This record gives sequence, C-alpha cells and structure tokens, in this order.
Amino acid sequence: MSGTERVTARLRPPHRGSPLAIVGVIGRRIGRVLLVMWGAATAGFIALRLIPGDPVDVMLGVQARVSDSLREQIRADWGLDQSPLIQYFQYLGRLSQGDLGVSYQLRSPVIEIIAQQTVPTVQLTATALLLALALATSAALIGRGKRMKRVISVLELVVISSPTFWIGLLFLAVFSFQLNWFPVTSTEGFASLVLPSLTLALPVAGIVSQVLRQGLDFAQGQPFSTTARSRGISPAGLVLRHTLRHAAMDTLTLSGYLVGSLLGGAVLVETVFARPGLGQVAIRAIIARDLPVVLGIVIVAALVFAVLNLVVDLSYRFLDPRLRTSRVGVRA
Amino acid sequence: MAGVLLAVIFLAALAPWLVTGASPLQTDPALSLQPPSGAHIFGTDQSGRDVFARVVYGTRYSLAVGLGATALALAAGLILGLGAALGPRIVDSALSRLIDVLMSFPEFLLALLVIAVVGTGEANIPLAVALAAIPAYARVARSETVVVSRTGYIRAARSLGVHPIAVVWRHIIPNIAGPLLVMSAIGVGTAIVTASGLSFLGLGPQPPTAEWGIMLSEGRNFLATAWWVGVFPGLAITVTVIAISTVGRYFRSRSEVALS
Repeated sequence: MSGTERVTARLRPPHRGSPLAIVGVIGRRIGRVLLVMWGAATAGFIALRLIPGDPVDVMLGVQARVSDSLREQIRADWGLDQSPLIQYFQYLGRLSQGDLGVSYQLRSPVIEIIAQQTVPTVQLTATALLLALALATSAALIGRGKRMKRVISVLELVVISSPTFWIGLLFLAVFSFQLNWFPVTSTEGFASLVLPSLTLALPVAGIVSQVLRQGLDFAQGQPFSTTARSRGISPAGLVLRHTLRHAAMDTLTLSGYLVGSLLGGAVLVETVFARPGLGQVAIRAIIARDLPVVLGIVIVAALVFAVLNLVVDLSYRFLDPRLRTSRVGVRA
Repeated sequence: MAGVLLAVIFLAALAPWLVTGASPLQTDPALSLQPPSGAHIFGTDQSGRDVFARVVYGTRYSLAVGLGATALALAAGLILGLGAALGPRIVDSALSRLIDVLMSFPEFLLALLVIAVVGTGEANIPLAVALAAIPAYARVARSETVVVSRTGYIRAARSLGVHPIAVVWRHIIPNIAGPLLVMSAIGVGTAIVTASGLSFLGLGPQPPTAEWGIMLSEGRNFLATAWWVGVFPGLAITVTVIAISTVGRYFRSRSEVALS
C-alpha cells in the first residue's frame, strides 16, 4: 500500500480555547514528548537485555581468547555485573544528562559519534525534502488536466514502486559514469549532493504529489471554490490563492511520515553513494551488534519524531484559520 | 496486462528452470562481465554467471518473502485488530495508541529496527518485514471489526445465543476479509521492496545467493564498466512491484464498486 493511505487518516481534531488552554495543550504535548522518549529508552533497554550473546564478545571480537578474570574486569568496568534494575536506573540517569553511553566497538561516546555524522545526513535530507516538495508541487499542478493526470499518476506509481537504491544506482550509472556530470564518490561541495538528494526525494515526491492532487480535487468541489469562481477569479488564481493552500494542509499531516521516509531512505542512499552519515553509522552498528550506538540512534530519532510531531500539531492552529478563535488569532 | 506479467513472474518463482536453461550459480571466469548478447540476454556478472538466470531464480526468494511476510503480518494484524475492537476498552485504547505511534514510522525503518534487535541473517528478513507491516493491518482490522460488530446480523446472532468465538469466526472475519485481502495484495509489493532493501544493505542472505538485493549491491561495484549487472535485478523488482500493485488496485476498485 502507499504511504498516502496509511497516514492521511491521522488528522488530529482541532483544539480551541483560551491562551490558558494553549499553555495546557503545549504542556501536555511536551509531557507526551517526554513519555515517548521514556518509552523508546525503556523499550531499547529491554531489547538490549533480551538479545542473546555476551556484550563482552562484541567488544573483544568473537575469536578473542580472554581469561575469565579479565572478562569479569570488563564487566565491572562497564557496569554489566550489577542487577538489571540498577543498570536501568543508572542508564536513565545518564540519559537524562544527555549521555548515551559508550560504543562497544569504537570505544568513544555514542553522542560524539552521532554528532559527527549528523551534518552530512541533515544536509542530504534537508536538500531532499526541499526538492521533494518542489517536485511534488509542480507535478500536482501539471497533473490537473485530464491527459496529464494519467501521465503523472503513472510516474508516481513507477517512482513509488522502484526501490530507492536502484534509482540511485541508475543515476550513478548514467550521470556519473557515462556522462561524467557529477562526481562518483566525492562528498565535497554541492555537485556531490545533487544525485543523492534527488534519489532520496523522488519516492517522497511521489507520495506528496498523490496527496496534493487528491487535496486539489477535493478543494475544487468545496463551496469556497464556487464562491471564488463566482467572483470571477481565474482558474490559475483559484489554484494559487485558494485550493493549493488548502491541499498543502493535508501534506502537513504527512510530515512525520515524510521525515521517517527521508531518514529510512538516507540509510540506503548513503550506502549507494558511499556518503558518510547517520545511516552508515546505524548499518555498521547493526551488523557489528554495537548496541549502545544502535540504541543511541533510536533515541535520537525518537526525539526528532516527537519534537516534529509537537511542532506540526501546534502549527495547525497558526496555519488553518478555521482553528483560530478571535482571542488567539495569530496571523500566519 | 499486469495479470499476464504476474503469471510469468509466478512461473519464474515456481519453475525457474522452465524460463531459463542457465544456472544461477554456474561460474565461468572466461565469460566475466560480458555485455548482453544472444547467449546471455542480460549479460554476465563478475564471476561469469548468467544475470538473466540469477534474476529469474531470485524471483522465488523475493516472492516467498513478500507473500510469507504479508501473510504473517495479516494474521497477526487480524488477531490484534479483533482483540482491540472486541476486547475491553483499556486494551483497545492501549493498542490503538501503540498502532498510531508505530504507523508514523515507514515500514523500512521499523524493519531496520527489528533487524537491529534480532540480528542479521536470511531467516530474520521475513520476520522483520512482517513485524513492520503488522500495525497497518491491525488498524484496518480493528476499524472494520468495529463497523461490522455493530450491524444487525451480529446482534441477531448474539441474541440467538451463538457462541462468541463462532460469531467472530463465521460472521465477523468473513465480513472484514475483503478490505484486508485487497490491502495485503498491495502490501506484498511493499514487502518485496523492504526485503530487497535490507539485503542490499547486507543484512539478509549472503552471496552467492541469487537474490535481487544482493545482486544490486554487487552490481554497484561494476557500474562504470558493466551497468547490466546492477540494472536488471532492480528492473525486476520494479516490474514485479508494479505488476502486483496494479493487480491489487484493480481488485480494490472492483471491491469499491461492489460496495457502492
């Protein structure tokens, strides 16, 4: 199934009320962010306990022959000899201070590893997001005629059905190796960002474009469109001033899903284009079973999602005039 | 047309030897990285293996994972959805909240998360893909069950004293099966893409298995000199997914017409 169907149902009911109620709403939402973080941390911790295998083996490598006393020493150093409950509270305590632990493999703090690799991933995903929105908007606007609608919806199907990493390989084969337009493995400069971000943007653009076109069609039949047309607005003016803004609201509901797609896609795209980034860190950590790093990435990702949802929820009120009341009317 | 294509794909999965005479694992160093020709219509890879044969034999694994994972996710989603809709209210709200949270992540990320916990390996791929797809099925199963359980025939069956389990088995499940089956027809395509992505990352089956994701990741190393090694397996994934989702959409539009 496409992402569209999964997510459009998630429109939250509007919140109305006084400034005090808004403070309450924000407070509750921040509480929910903390709850999600706690849930992610706890679930991750439990998963860590349940995993078969000895963390000491991961640290030393499976082949290593080490005396039992040294093993005990390592255990004590890492606090692995204490009861699970004590380890859990120590872990939560460290977490609340922003300490994500130390990588089994690289022996450096997880937070440093993540921080180092965040910049390339953010560059990639942010460029891809802008590109996806631009592509989706143009596709939705072009695809309004009967004939173009067919072409655009076939394009959407192809783009959504193709595996991201294959699109990336095709781009590399054509534009880098055959035409030499873009560097193959360099990560310097803007040129190296073009193909990866386009690869990442295409499937996302396909989904957004579907949602936008549905929204445009729906808004076209709404009373306000009839009113605007009866005032003599041109078809282009109707789309630009009224229905497109209306349809854009549906896209906002998708934003959590979009960020998820971009992060998940980044893992694949970084592998295809051999770019550094969080995706690479995650894959290496998963294969090496470097669990503190995996857990750290999960917690950071959960934080990003929770904060993003908070921002999106609150921004409805500012973007959709129908959700405003006279007392809290803030111009968007 | 998509239906015919799908039939060919299923034939390739069930009886690959009928589609190609070549072996997917037979190496021939003298013939490495040959471009597509009459003898090898998709060319040969770095070990001189026939790419067409590898693509054809790879169909079985991908389809098996796609179908198996979808069936597993459908069954688990059905049980969870029924439990949420018919169980006590607190179960319903807890499950619904959990499903909401999980649904905000794309399936690929969820599957990656499962792999992170259970570890890499061929057998864990279908498990991860299935677990990642469960929330979507559970949500639809729940909402359909809520609708169906309010209908007159369910109340009639209950007041006639039919055993609750019999009501679920004979009346509720047959009536919510339609939308779920249509959804899973399309879900098979998603499952195939997710699974091939995981094995592309090297988290699933290992070379020299003829699997599309592995072939793509091997083909990545020969893009400059031998594009055919990486292009055809990806084409196979795309064509398969489009064929499956076109057929799925056709069934959906038919069921929607039947309802209205």
